Amino acid sequence: MNILVFLPISVPLLTAIFTLLTYRRLIAQRIIGVAGAAALLAVAIALLIDVASNGIQIMAVGSWPAPYGITLVADLFSAIMVVLAAMMGLAVAIYSLADIDARREHYGYHTLFHILLLGVCGAFLTGDLFNLYVWFEVLLIASFVLLALGGERPQIEGAIKYVTINLIASTLFLVAVSILYSVAGTLNMADLAWKLPTLGQHGLVTAVALLFMVAFGIKAAFFPLFFWLPASYHTPPVAVTAIFAGLLTKVGVYALIRTFTLIFVQDVAYTHTIILVAAGLTMIVGALGALAQHELRRMLSFLIISHIGFAVMGLGLFTPAGLSGAVFYIIEDIIVLTALFMVAGVIRRQGGSERLEQLGGLYARVAGPGGPVSAAGPLALGHPAALGLLCQAGAAARRPGRRAVRDRGGDAGRQHIDPADGDADLVGGVLERRARRCQARGHPRRLGVACAGPLADRGPGAVHHPAGPGGRASLRPGHAGGRAAGHADALY
Amino acid sequence: MHVVLAIVIGALYAAAIYLMLRRSLAKLIIGLSMLTNATNLLIFTVGGLTRARPPLVPEGATQPAAPYADPIPQSLILTAIVIGFGVLAFMMVLAYRTYAVVGSDDLDDMVVTDALDPWSPNQASVAAATPQRLPEAPGEKQAP
Repeated sequence: MNILVFLPISVPLLTAIFTLLTYRRLIAQRIIGVAGAAALLAVAIALLIDVASNGIQIMAVGSWPAPYGITLVADLFSAIMVVLAAMMGLAVAIYSLADIDARREHYGYHTLFHILLLGVCGAFLTGDLFNLYVWFEVLLIASFVLLALGGERPQIEGAIKYVTINLIASTLFLVAVSILYSVAGTLNMADLAWKLPTLGQHGLVTAVALLFMVAFGIKAAFFPLFFWLPASYHTPPVAVTAIFAGLLTKVGVYALIRTFTLIFVQDVAYTHTIILVAAGLTMIVGALGALAQHELRRMLSFLIISHIGFAVMGLGLFTPAGLSGAVFYIIEDIIVLTALFMVAGVIRRQGGSERLEQLGGLYARVAGPGGPVSAAGPLALGHPAALGLLCQAGAAARRPGRRAVRDRGGDAGRQHIDPADGDADLVGGVLERRARRCQARGHPRRLGVACAGPLADRGPGAVHHPAGPGGRASLRPGHAGGRAAGHADALY
Repeated sequence: MHVVLAIVIGALYAAAIYLMLRRSLAKLIIGLSMLTNATNLLIFTVGGLTRARPPLVPEGATQPAAPYADPIPQSLILTAIVIGFGVLAFMMVLAYRTYAVVGSDDLDDMVVTDALDPWSPNQASVAAATPQRLPEAPGEKQAP
């Protein structure tokens, strides 16, 4: 009975509860949110050290012995995933301090964020298939609300597609779990692992395995089942997209690896060949889809899909080297994708738009190695130096508003943006807080100038409000005027 | 009895999928709720159907007398019902908000995320993404 196995579940739950208790005080919510994410990281690292030195850790919830009760199991794979989830939770929690506007925070963003982390950690730590379903639902419902929080039209439309398809996936999962229960009589993963080969029901078990493959494939954005992802991931605020990209599909991949290495290994020639072929197609289709996109986050959404193909191909190969490659790829992929999306958010803020054709000239404007553009490239390519640049990208992404806000006088001509400068800049931090306060009072500010706080504050139209007279070189003034006028009677 | 239930479950799934493929958001939600109902009934059926045999251990025995009603499927069903109910409540509110934002029930009007630029969609890109509607035959109402 190891309490450390339960802590990665109880810490985000307590954080969510405390953020709910202080729901009127946004400052307290932010502090509790970040502190809770940091506490989760500490607990996760402690769990990883414990598992690495002492082997698999188990906790039988309610002291009901397995297989009658639900057990929480932390082996090295689970512990690593929990640490990664906690790391990404902390990074995005800090990022969302600057990215999420007060209105969304007021409607419970921090609570939902920690319930998402709760579901993710629970899914990684459970040893029972139905408990896995429950944790999937927890994280799914939190993700539904996070996606739709804010109520803007693209979010709502993306949410409908996301909710429908993921509900179908959950239903398929439940069907598969129930049929598996009727065959085997137990739902404990370890119990199933030794019981299934003794039952002699090969056909039915393979059919159930394919049902699981479809259900987890939808969640993991696998080849023919991934179309919900590019339709919905680019609609919410960037912080939400970042945490979705890093964690949600990877929980599906984790579940796939768990079930297809532990439980459904009787018919490897059939099931794993399907996984292999589908993974190859996922890689290619994801990459081709990314090439066809003109917007940052939609392109990165297809990149997620392509990377899922890489990760699951290791599972399809079903050799020790393949599986360890898959796990290593997932580890790097979680970090890289979250960082890429955060960098995309910084690019969006500094460039003024997500559309690639309007981001021209960004590299010339954003000087220095800490800039987002120089970090994004090597990260996406998987360059080994990316891991070093990762820290810089993380630093740049974590303080998106910390530009060189030396002058609050609002001069339009100032275009110098140096994100790496403001990191250790206390003055910059103070000015940033002042900028956010004046933002909250509803003063419209121009892009690139001191008081222009997080773009997300002003909703979608803000992205296309360029700086006034001293506008960017890449935007035509007439175009800018037309956009500003067009926003007034927007489609929605 | 298994056969009757299997047929009923199949019919429920068929109806649910048919409804989910409709063009109206309200029908999509009804289809989803029927899907969860069909799944719950499926869990009930595959859990084994026994009559009037509660899973209680009689005096002096260590196990209930087989065959007994399995308590696990009913806990699975209860959990699934509760989760389904929560998600359905969320979908209802989402549908209400969709109607408020989009102005119609028609899923073919909700293509902004597929347009070239969701954050300021212009007419051309949304029109390009909207599926073509067949012209109505005279005297026929177009069913969504």
